[in-house]
Parts: sequence; C-alpha cells; structure tokens
Amino acid sequence: MAILTSRRLTKRFGGLVAISALDLEVEERSIHSIIGPNGAGKTTFFNCVTGFYRAEEGTITFQEEPLDGLTPDRITHMGIARTYQNIRLFATMTCLENILVGMHPHLRASWIGAIVGSPGTRREEAAAHEEARRLLRFVELRGKGDYLAKNLPYGEQRRLEIARALASRPALLLLDEPTAGMNPRESLDTMAFIRRLRDELNITILLIEHNMRVVMGISERITVLDFGEKIAEGSADQVRSDPRVIEAYLGTQRGAAEIGA
Amino acid sequence: MSGALRTGLIWGAIGVFLSLVGMVEAFAARQIIVGVISLGHLLLLLIALGSGSRAARQGKVWGSAALLRGLVAGVTTGLVASAFIAVGSAANLRAMFVSATPELFAFLSFGRGVAGIPLVVAATATAGAIGAAAALLPAVIARPLAVGVTSALAVGLFQELLQIILQEGVIRTAIRRLIFTEDGLPPRGALIVFAVAAGTSALLRGRRGGVRAWTAHRPPRQRRAISLVAVALAIVVALLLPVAGGLFVSQVLVLVGLYILMGLGLNLEVGFAGLLDLGFVAFFAIGAYTVGLLTSTGEHAIAHLSFWATVPIALVVSLIAGILFGMPILRIRGDYLAIATLGFGEIIRLLFLSDALRPWFGGSQGVLGIPKPTLGGFEFAGPQQLYYLTLIASAFIAFVAFRLRDSRLGRAWMALREDEDVAEAMGINLVNVKLLAYGIGGAFAGMGGAIFAVMLGSIFPHSFSLLISINVLALIIVGGIGSLPGVIVGSLFLVGLPELLREFTDFRFLVYGAVLILMMQLRPEGLWPAAAQQRELHEERVDIPLVPPVEAAPGEAPAGVEGGGS
Repeated sequence: MAILTSRRLTKRFGGLVAISALDLEVEERSIHSIIGPNGAGKTTFFNCVTGFYRAEEGTITFQEEPLDGLTPDRITHMGIARTYQNIRLFATMTCLENILVGMHPHLRASWIGAIVGSPGTRREEAAAHEEARRLLRFVELRGKGDYLAKNLPYGEQRRLEIARALASRPALLLLDEPTAGMNPRESLDTMAFIRRLRDELNITILLIEHNMRVVMGISERITVLDFGEKIAEGSADQVRSDPRVIEAYLGTQRGAAEIGA
Repeated sequence: MSGALRTGLIWGAIGVFLSLVGMVEAFAARQIIVGVISLGHLLLLLIALGSGSRAARQGKVWGSAALLRGLVAGVTTGLVASAFIAVGSAANLRAMFVSATPELFAFLSFGRGVAGIPLVVAATATAGAIGAAAALLPAVIARPLAVGVTSALAVGLFQELLQIILQEGVIRTAIRRLIFTEDGLPPRGALIVFAVAAGTSALLRGRRGGVRAWTAHRPPRQRRAISLVAVALAIVVALLLPVAGGLFVSQVLVLVGLYILMGLGLNLEVGFAGLLDLGFVAFFAIGAYTVGLLTSTGEHAIAHLSFWATVPIALVVSLIAGILFGMPILRIRGDYLAIATLGFGEIIRLLFLSDALRPWFGGSQGVLGIPKPTLGGFEFAGPQQLYYLTLIASAFIAFVAFRLRDSRLGRAWMALREDEDVAEAMGINLVNVKLLAYGIGGAFAGMGGAIFAVMLGSIFPHSFSLLISINVLALIIVGGIGSLPGVIVGSLFLVGLPELLREFTDFRFLVYGAVLILMMQLRPEGLWPAAAQQRELHEERVDIPLVPPVEAAPGEAPAGVEGGGS
C-alpha cells in the first residue's frame, strides 16, 4: 500500500519547470530512492511534500490524506519528517535541545503549565528528556547531549539531524543526501543505519542520494528524475540497465560506469 | 616603533576628544583622593596608562623593549596633549568648541599654561612606562595590584554614597572614621582600601578554584544546602539594600528594577525568539497608562480601582497589545522587522500624545493624580518602599522567564531564532509562537510600566521615548543576549552606574556608544553570557545517563519511537 502518492505534480519557478507532472508512489515500509542529475527536481519534490513549496498543479496524498495547502508544521504533525542536504541543525542549541524541539508535535504542555510547574508538565518534560537521551544513544551520540550542535563533527551532525527528525515519531522520513561528504566506510555504516530505521522502527524511507553504491545497495525501488520528469522507475537492476537513465547520466560510458551498468 | 607612535597618537586623540566634549572638565570637580587626584586627572592618567599598556602588548616583545614602546607611546600621547594645550592657549577655540575654555587648558597643564608642557609630557611618559610595566607583570602580581587600585578608586568614586551608608551604627561609623575624613577620601584611606583589597585578592588567589572544587565534591544534599545559604544571603542583602543605602540609592535601584523588567521582556523577544523589537517602550507605556487611567483620582480617570486590582489588568492589556502588535509583522524578517517595530513604538507614543485622543489619554498633559499603592495600611510612598514592590515584581517575572526558557515554548522560541524554516518543519506553529513571544514580552514590560506609573504619580507621553527602547536593547546586549542574569548585570551597569555617577549623565550616550563598541570587540557574548555557551565545558557532569551504559543493540529501539512507527 502506498503511504505517499503524488499525482501529476507540477512545480514551476517562473518559466522554469522544476517538476513536471510527476506521478510517484512510495510503498509503506519500503526504502525508496530518488536519483537524478543536479537540478533534476529531487529536493524540490521534498520541499513540495513538506509544504515549503506549494505546487502549481497536482496533488500529494499521505496516508490517504491530501497535503495540499497545509503548512509545514501541520505536515510534520501528520507524520512526515525530513533532513536537509546542507545540514540545518539549530546550531547554538545543545544536542538534547535539538531533539527536544523535534519532539514538539507530540508534546502537549502549555506555557501556563510551564510557568506554574504543573505535575503534568513536569512528567511530560521528564519523559521527553528520557526519550531524547534514548534517541541520542540510538544514533550513537551518548553523552553528547550538552554539546552545542555546531561543535559536533560533520558525521555526528548528520546523525543528530536524523535523531531530531525521528523525535517527531514520523511514519515517513525524507533523507536528503544522508551520505554526502562521507567516506566509503561511513557510507556503509549509514546504509546499515537506514536499514535499521526501517526494520526496527517501521519507518518508510524516501531518500535522495548521489552515492550510487548506497542507492543500489539499499533501495527497494528507485525513481530517476531528469529535468523534473520521471524517466525511469523500478528496482536497482531495472534502473541500471535503462537506456534513458544511462543517457541522462551524461549519455556516455562514464555515465554508465557511474551507475554501475 | 611606528606601532607605538600610532598607539600614542590614537590615545592622545582620545584625550583631546574627551577634553573637547567637556568630559574632562566636568570630571575635574570631583575629587577621588583628596588633594591627590580628581576624576578628570584620573581620566587623563588612565588614557596615558592605556596608551603605554596597549603599545607594550602590541609589540610582542618583552622586557626593556616593551617598556621602551610604552615610554614612546606615553611621550607621543603627551605630545598630542601638549600640542592641544599650545593651540588652545594661543588661539580661542571656543567659537567652534564650547568646552575649550581657559579653565580646561589650565587643568590640562596643571595650571602652568604652555610652561606646563614639559611636565605634561613627563607625566604621560611615566604613566606610559608604568602602563607597559603593568602589562608585563605576571598575573600573580598584576591581579592583586589591579584589584587594589580598582577598589581604592571605586571607593573614591562612590565616596559620597559610601559615607551615607556608613553614617549609622558603631561598626559602620568606625569604618567611616578609618577611611574617610570630612573632605573625602584621604591618601591614607585610599592606601588602607588598596592594602585590604590587594591583600584579600592575593590570599584568595589560587583558592577560588579550591572553593569551587570543594563544593563540587560535597554530596548533593550538602551542595544544595550551600546554594540555599548563598541564595538566602543574596535575599537578605537585597532586602537590606534600601535601608542601608538610603533614599537616593533606593531611587536608583527602583529605576534599575524597572529596566530589569523591561529587559526580561525584550530578552524574551530578542534573546530567546530572535525577534528584533525597537518599539518595545510601547508596552511599558501601555502598562503605565492602564494603571494610570484605572487608578487615577484626576480628570481622566476611568475607574478608581486599587493598584493591586489593576496590575493583572495591565498585564493582560499589554499581553493583548503584544499579540495585536505581532499580527501585522508575522511575515517580516530581519532589518524590516526592526523598522516596522520602530514605527509601532512611535505610533503608540503619538497616540497618547495626540489631541484627538486627548479626552481619554490627556494628550501632552498626561494622566495626573495616580495614588501610591497601599497594602493593609502600609503605603508604598517613596522609593524605599517601592523598591520592595519592584524587587518582588522582578523576582516574579524573572522566575516566569526562567520557567519559560526551559519549557516546550522556550525551546520553540530558540528554534525560531536559529532557523525559522526548520523550526516550522519541526511542527512548530510559527504564528502562535511569535505572537506569544510578543505578548508575554509585552506583559513583562507592562508590569514595569505599572510600577512606573505609581512611582511618578503622573505619566506623560514624553516619558516613553524611543531612547528607552534603545536603552533596553543596549542593556541586554551588554549583559549577554538571551541570558537572564545578564539582564540584571546589564541594568546595573548601564542604568545604575550612570545614575550613581552624576557627572556621567551628560555623557551617557557617548559612554553607551563606547561601551557597546568595546563590548562587541572584547566580549561579544556579553558580561554574563547565556548558559548554553558555557555548558559544554562541564557536560560530563550534567549529562548523566539515565540507564546503565548499554549500547543500543540490534532490536533495541527507542521506546518512544516504537509506539508511533507503524
């Protein structure tokens, strides 16, 4: 069953068509990758799903509910979380606070409760702190709760960003180039970690990735975009041998080598 | 050496500038140590010292080379001053510079005119060399010396105040007799203060870390007891301040308290939520007018409620005002937000001032006849009584700010400050969170306005000028943006000090500007920065794992996430 469906989605920036009549279905509990050359519209699609951009035409439905016209905060409440291509943590807040902000959608405490220190608020805060620490351990950042996010090394910032996204208890997680800037060893670890997210937490994963080893290694389904259009879709093997995909990736032998055909 | 020359020239120019704006002459009247030095000469001396010390530090050389640099810088500073004296004595500069009076030049040249120039150069050269020597001293010696000199000068500076405080009581009178004479602080008293302060500093040196380590190693219960004692002591001191300090000190402290209330509110908007607000005085005005109109016995009175009944009303009115104020500017960011809020502050002031609304707000005549609050027969009549009201209000508001900072809403504000788009993507409703920042911040200032109204007994639109907004912004920047103790430190420093040093009032904004520039250069995080910037240093102690250190094994998932997953 599809958890996320886009139908004839079109997004334009002035005269530029960033996404053109895109049909896409993401199966529940799958790991689904979107690939394509630079400027293919991958991140634009993410921004449409999360409500940053408003598409001109077409619809997106999530768990059978339409997302059209909803603000980003409402969409997060529905169960979609994301990370960013260029890490966007709350730099001068601590790791723990970053995760606690991520929990915002499912915390209920009002500001008046916080001022008077009502028992409900205290209980919720204690539980939230405990869960945040557990999430820190889950992404192997134990004991770094009080570090400022900006002072973490690059790889740990990536993991913290994922932890922050997990904190909202999403059903669908959008990862924008999670292995960008990582060495092969770290990329392998990240692949294993993404699999754990799906296997242990039952989260559907939709990712944008340029590292073909990662994409081919973990994706159950791959969608290839070029100039905003879907040019191929299928399993890793199907996509790898598709002539249009090879064409899009420079149309040369180099392109073919890059996707491992 | 050209570096030393340039440093000397710059510091000399600073001296000339301060003389020309009249600061030196205004300070000349106040004696710091009777018969030895006045505040004016102290200022000049500090300039020469600073010149030498700066030149020595810049050179990256040690020993006699550094001393020589200090000497050269001192001489250069002296030569600049000499040239100024020579020009000023020969020609009449008063057509352009009102403060370039003959008295000024007499003061600068120790009363000798052009003949005093060698003396001036010798003095600045010595001071420059001393400044350089001080910069070279190891911290073990330099620190107690600096503490001693600063203490002696501070006692000299605040001598009138201290004499008032030390007027009564056996011990206090004895201290006063020991240090002060009829005329002020004599050299003997200054030496005593210097010796005591420097000695204490030398003794405590190396132990301060020890005390901290000692408390850190106490069991938690004892540590809590120690901090309780410290808090209790602080409370006792705060309660005794107006009794010990007298009327004038109380008046200053009430003013400081009002700025603390406003500072806490603006800190919530700017420091927590990152929403710049240059029209903040509007909420202060709204709080003041609410209380004024509802309690006044004058012609514009709406009702004759008691002060205590109107405080909650003032809080609610300024909260709503904050929300209304926030609505049109929700989508504005950055520089434009600054301009929009600036306009709002002025609009509110002009509304209170306008003739059209005169029947309700009294126009430029203001609201008169606001009675002092009473509580069971006790009247908060003067500053000494109002101080307690301000203290309780500040403590309450600080407590609320503290609770909000560590709450869900506080974290949402900080996320908003860091990255508005990502905050929204985290499920934070930007509209609610921004309006609450303006509303609650406004309510804090409204509390200050309420006390302001009863303090003065009458309120006028011109009391709510743009300068108040700017003062409040300056004090939270100096104190440390986003920091709650920083607000208190900033208010004491930027509001309290200038009031206590009456000579400064004419030059308040000159000093403000200089202090702000220096702060941005030397200590951009503020005098008492927010905790987050320091927390990392001792994170190991703070982040105690809640469960035994077992690594997340395959199959062990965060419990909270499991529930929401499928």
